[in-house]
Amino acid sequence: MKFIVATLLHAFLAFTIGLYSQFPWWLFIATSAVVSFFIAQAPAKSFFAGFIGLAALWAGLATGKDIANAHLLSSKVAQILPLGGSYVVLILVTALVGGLLGGFAALTGAYLRSNSTK
Amino acid sequence: MRIVPFIISAAVTAGLVVALNTPLSVGKTKTPRLGYFLSPQQGFWQNAEPENQSFDANIVTDGLQDKVEVLMDERLVPHIYANNDNDAYYTQGFLHAKFRLWQMEFQTYVAAGRLSEIVGPDRISTDRFFRRLGMLEGAEATMKKMANNPALQAAVASYAAGVNAYIKSLKPEQIPFEYKLLDYKPEAWTPIKTYLFLMFMSYDLTGRGTTTDLQMTNSKNYFGYEDFNKLYTNVQDSLDPIIPKGTVYEAASVIAKAPASLDSLYFAKTASVAPSGPEAPNKSNGSNNWAIAGSKTKSGKPILASDPHLGLNLPSLWYEVQITTPTHSTYGASFPGSPAVIIGFNDSIAWGVTNAGRDVLDYYDIKFKDSTMQEYWFNGAWQKSVIKEERIKIKGQPDSIDRVAITALGPVMYDKSYNANGSDGKYLAVRWTAQDGSSGLQTFYELNRAKNFDDYLSAINHWTCPGQNFAFASVSGDIAIKQQGSFVARWDRQGDFIMPGQDSSYLWQGMIPSSENPMIKNPERGFVSSANQMSTDSTYPYYLGAANAFPLYRGIVINKKLNAMSGITPQDVQALQTNNDNIFAEMAIPAMLKYIDESKLDANDKKYVGYLRNWNLRNDINEVGASVFRSIWDSLEVAVWADEFKNAKLPLQWPDESTLLEQMLRDSVILFQDNISTPNIKETMFDALTVAIKKATPYLQQMEKEGTLAWGAFKDTRVNHLLKIPALSRLHLPIGGGVHIINATTNNHGPSWRMVVHLVDGIEAYGVYPGGQSGNPGSKYYDTFIDSWAAGKYYRILFLSKEAAKQNSQFKWRITFTHA
Repeated sequence: MKFIVATLLHAFLAFTIGLYSQFPWWLFIATSAVVSFFIAQAPAKSFFAGFIGLAALWAGLATGKDIANAHLLSSKVAQILPLGGSYVVLILVTALVGGLLGGFAALTGAYLRSNSTK
Repeated sequence: MRIVPFIISAAVTAGLVVALNTPLSVGKTKTPRLGYFLSPQQGFWQNAEPENQSFDANIVTDGLQDKVEVLMDERLVPHIYANNDNDAYYTQGFLHAKFRLWQMEFQTYVAAGRLSEIVGPDRISTDRFFRRLGMLEGAEATMKKMANNPALQAAVASYAAGVNAYIKSLKPEQIPFEYKLLDYKPEAWTPIKTYLFLMFMSYDLTGRGTTTDLQMTNSKNYFGYEDFNKLYTNVQDSLDPIIPKGTVYEAASVIAKAPASLDSLYFAKTASVAPSGPEAPNKSNGSNNWAIAGSKTKSGKPILASDPHLGLNLPSLWYEVQITTPTHSTYGASFPGSPAVIIGFNDSIAWGVTNAGRDVLDYYDIKFKDSTMQEYWFNGAWQKSVIKEERIKIKGQPDSIDRVAITALGPVMYDKSYNANGSDGKYLAVRWTAQDGSSGLQTFYELNRAKNFDDYLSAINHWTCPGQNFAFASVSGDIAIKQQGSFVARWDRQGDFIMPGQDSSYLWQGMIPSSENPMIKNPERGFVSSANQMSTDSTYPYYLGAANAFPLYRGIVINKKLNAMSGITPQDVQALQTNNDNIFAEMAIPAMLKYIDESKLDANDKKYVGYLRNWNLRNDINEVGASVFRSIWDSLEVAVWADEFKNAKLPLQWPDESTLLEQMLRDSVILFQDNISTPNIKETMFDALTVAIKKATPYLQQMEKEGTLAWGAFKDTRVNHLLKIPALSRLHLPIGGGVHIINATTNNHGPSWRMVVHLVDGIEAYGVYPGGQSGNPGSKYYDTFIDSWAAGKYYRILFLSKEAAKQNSQFKWRITFTHA
């Protein structure tokens, strides 16, 4: 239950702070650290909550954009990057980037809590 | 104690942020900041435009005097209805920015010599070239001239305000795709950027001289003037000029006197220089236009056709627009970056342009006292030069300073620091009419409003650079064409080579008065036309410039066909504009067959000669004969010329195709037909042709095996993205045509806007360009017109009043602009 709440919060807060596009794109590391600081879980669980929260958010947002766009832009970007022109791979890479950062930010928050509580 | 894992995970997080927020080097290119680029809320995903995007909007802005309504048709062409002219240009600026911001800014970075700011150190040489050429000074001179012209100045200012209103309305995540890819941000638009863009068009259409003048000098030095004059002859037997042969011209009012030292200082061996800087503008930068009088049309009303041939790029150079205000109503292709319609029509007249090709750029060999370039020798004394310091910003590196010396003969292009291979320490100043600024925008401003021939003439008389052939037709039944520009009155061969720059004897002695520029109105033959050929025969009293600037064959075929046609409809004109007949091959093949020695050919060679004989002389996509002809002809030129050219150490210009063909047609002794690498054998054209065919055969066999021998595959037309990224380009397009053909589509060059206007009441017009109205690679409107364009299809243009447009089902969206 805690894990699910944490995951959802990671996604929700990252999305919300992401609406303020005048700030750097990576500012969600702060919200991810805060979430795992306040929702105490084992470090591995914290990491995965952050990872899954952000990966799901980025994959979901990207997929939504991509379907409405009929894969037009993603197919081109997946040639530039180069990912063989596959929009699926591009969405997975997008999710991985968001997930990794969300995961490590959450892990950092979790360790911070264990530092300050001991 | 968990401080260690904390530090490690914090460090990993920070490291990831840095890595994902830094452009990484991959080979010579850099990646975007990957995390930013992939971020769905900020990166490229934001540019993925929904397929069913609505363009309806209500824009509240304080830059307008009144309300403006824009109706967008199904092709995303905006029809601007404004209550005053400045509001219309404000709206045009806003819409150009909304759909083409990255492109319009990128083009002005190139023009201003600021490309290194965006792409890094690779392009410093290009930046230095454009700065030394005086692009910014030309734009500034244009801006000064505008002060005499308050209405136009206000139009350009309103346009800039519209662009800036859009830029200001952009949220960071909404900036165009390419900014995210290259990682920079749009800056504010200013009127000078409009003028810089127009300078760039001047360069694109007259800047070949920056390279050809040097190559021609090298050729003259290498071959000697006598042979040079035969290889790069100014005589074109087959010429069918823009102004029909036999037209009588008045004597020149400006007489250019050739210097006495001509033979010793100019035609003799002089300084040789290999050009550096960017690739020269494409030789095929040309165009077709013609206007047909009512006497030859089915309706009895004139028809005008215009198709400018330029590099084919995405986003396209052109953007279609209708502008309707109480003062005028016009439609056509506009330049993102400039107000007004450039090639189009209004309810009374239509106009189209082709490049005049006249030489308006020269080099002077300057003698400086020392390498500081502070003093130069001129008219018997040391003169002070002005040293200009150009600060070039470079992405990821400290700024670079370029010192440019400015003399009375122009800014110094080549010197010891901006070196050219083989320049022997020479200093070359470059003089170009565009450096003086131009009131050219006034021409379009007035053409947009012109009602008749007199208005047309007074509009184009403002035009200075690049020289253009303005074709004209009116609803009232007039047709005309005039070659207009600020042209130097030259003595024969003046400026074809680098000129001595130590006294005033080689300077420009005067400009040709506009009233003496070639023009015809309502000629008896019932049409006017131009296709970049020489505008007049040799009885015109001024030197037009070296003939190799004037392609010969499109003009011949256009005039031949128009002469034969009658009862012409707009559909006939479309068919003519997209015609693939190869008049060059039609003339060349009989001349080639004359010199074929069948006894020297084997079965394979004969097979391809058979293809040549059986070809229908059309460069349609499925014709193999077209590819065979092109291959054998190219090999023939190599067989004839290459042995003479191969010892040249500096780049020379290859002779024109017409030089060889006209000699073959003349049955005269053909220059250089002997292969000088085989001193014991005296080769003739028979031998050259055998060599050419034998050289082409294996190449043709290979292509036949690979299935690329058909002309469409052989030519392989593409429309490149401005950054030359294949994924953003359209490749392998099924389209015929080529060099010397009315449908002048080559590999990446060709008709960039095809327009046909039937001047009936209410105007019946057709148009298409190889692009789309949106510059966003993530929009389905990015390349919408390309397939129609390749297939030779046109769109019927909607040119309607606001009331009629509102009733028309082809209009899909409405953007209103209201005053804050």
